Amino acid sequence: MKKRNWYLRLGVVITFAVAAFTLVGMFYTPYDATQMSSADKYAPPSLSHLFGCDQMGRDIFSRTLEGIGTTVTIALATLAIGFLAGLVIGALCGYYGGLIDEIVMRICDAVTAFPSTLLAIVVIAVIGSGKYNVIAALGILFIPSFARLVRSEFIKYRDRDFVNMAKLTGVPPLRIIFVHILPNTWPVLLSGLTIGFNNAVLAEASMSYLGIGVTPPDASLGRMLSEAQGYLFTAPWYTVFPGLVVILLILGVGMIGEGIRERIGEKV
Amino acid sequence: MTNEIILHLGNVNSYYGRGKARKQVLKNISLTLHKGEVLGVVGESGSGKSTLAKCAIGLVTDIEGERKLNVENSQMVFQDSYGSLNPAKTVGWILEEPLRVRGLRDKKELRRRAVEMLQTVGLEEEHYDRKPSQLSGGQRQRVSIAASLIQGSKLIILDEPVSALDVTLQAQILQLLVDLKERLDLSYIFISHDLAVVYQICDRVMVMYHGEVVEQGDVDAVYDNPQHEYTKKLLEASLSLG
Ligand SMILES: Nc1ncnc2c1ncn2[C@@H]1O[C@H](COP(=O)(O)OP(=O)(O)OP(=O)(O)O)[C@@H](O)[C@H]1O
Ligand SMILES: [Mg+2]
Repeated sequence: MKKRNWYLRLGVVITFAVAAFTLVGMFYTPYDATQMSSADKYAPPSLSHLFGCDQMGRDIFSRTLEGIGTTVTIALATLAIGFLAGLVIGALCGYYGGLIDEIVMRICDAVTAFPSTLLAIVVIAVIGSGKYNVIAALGILFIPSFARLVRSEFIKYRDRDFVNMAKLTGVPPLRIIFVHILPNTWPVLLSGLTIGFNNAVLAEASMSYLGIGVTPPDASLGRMLSEAQGYLFTAPWYTVFPGLVVILLILGVGMIGEGIRERIGEKV
Repeated sequence: MTNEIILHLGNVNSYYGRGKARKQVLKNISLTLHKGEVLGVVGESGSGKSTLAKCAIGLVTDIEGERKLNVENSQMVFQDSYGSLNPAKTVGWILEEPLRVRGLRDKKELRRRAVEMLQTVGLEEEHYDRKPSQLSGGQRQRVSIAASLIQGSKLIILDEPVSALDVTLQAQILQLLVDLKERLDLSYIFISHDLAVVYQICDRVMVMYHGEVVEQGDVDAVYDNPQHEYTKKLLEASLSLG
């Protein structure tokens, strides 16, 4: 019992810290994140530039603050699209089953057969890069895995006697689905959301890293890491700090997910 | 008792599973339930009693034969009271849901009706905010009964409704069921493995064996003069126990 809570608690603490950092970055950065200064090129960490400066003399601390905001926003927006659509599709398919369910699941199988980052790259190649296109591409590609997760939960509950009882009572099907069954699935769905969030962060980072995600001058953690690789030896702090933030972000959310899974005694 | 027919099954076969796994569970079941009647169903474990109940009420849909249900709403008290109460909801919510679905919105009135029903089945107001997992088996069974009574169904199928209760409580709930039946003109199908209880509250009884009805008739007639070997054995076993 004790050990389980340990995961969850530390995860919550880390995530809160990162979230606070993100929120601050939305309203305040010590310097303008896009302001260049030739005097500060490759400046190492110091009191005036906590995380040092990059190849254009921009303050890395400020850029990290702003970048994490972009990355988290993209991840959350992606998640919102993927989760909401996946929820509706998965709930209906799982509850009703039948031919339509079969067809929808075959389509999901086909989509998830490819790594989602790869597919996102293809989509981006077609619709172009930029923050909103990344959100759209990743969001849509996340739908099948959420649909599958939600569906399997609904299959678990649809034949339970409390559902039978609701049917006999004359509760409308949509109310059975979203009011009677859905609350039972939250622990599993929440844990799925944490995995989805981390995948979205990594997908955004890798797409921006490949130069097809967030476009300059927007800062995102992925973009910063991508730029930083050219200066790994001249300015290691450029890689280290944004990298650490990505790791903390993923670690915190991942631990929350793990904590939830342990608590409900299930491996997803 | 009138002659109005509430439920009729004619030569019903029922199946579980699909494709190769499809397996027949009920064979050639016929029964007629009249208004105000209590029909007992007895038989060994696995003989198909719960399946019969689910067929009758329309929850098992893979059936052949004739099925007519002449009431607007019917309800079932399920054998497994754990599975029949929504784990994510409170007792109060569960009891209020049928009323909400029928359009009652007033929170105070909803609560009043739920608490009243809790007290009717011998529970307290303090159980209103509990989750089903925070109740004992017998308490859950009573919440199930309360949840089926609160909606004013004219036909209630009771699948071992009192099996987890001690003798006094059992007698109390059975008396309640009988009273309500008289007052509200209900009809019951009452599934039980306790032949004494069946004798006490049923008008007619059906004996099931391996998915078939081997004997059916008035309780007195069947108990006094059992025709089928299996019924005789069942009665002997229960007499030697009692
Ligand atoms: N959902 C199901 N799928 C497949 N087979 C089932 C299912 N439910 C019950 N059965 C099978 O149908 C047969 C009848 O089961 P049923 O539950 O109706 O028996 P019962 O008479 O109610 O027994 P008990 O007294 O133990 O409750 C059993 O052989 C059982 O294994
Ligand atoms: Mg049974």
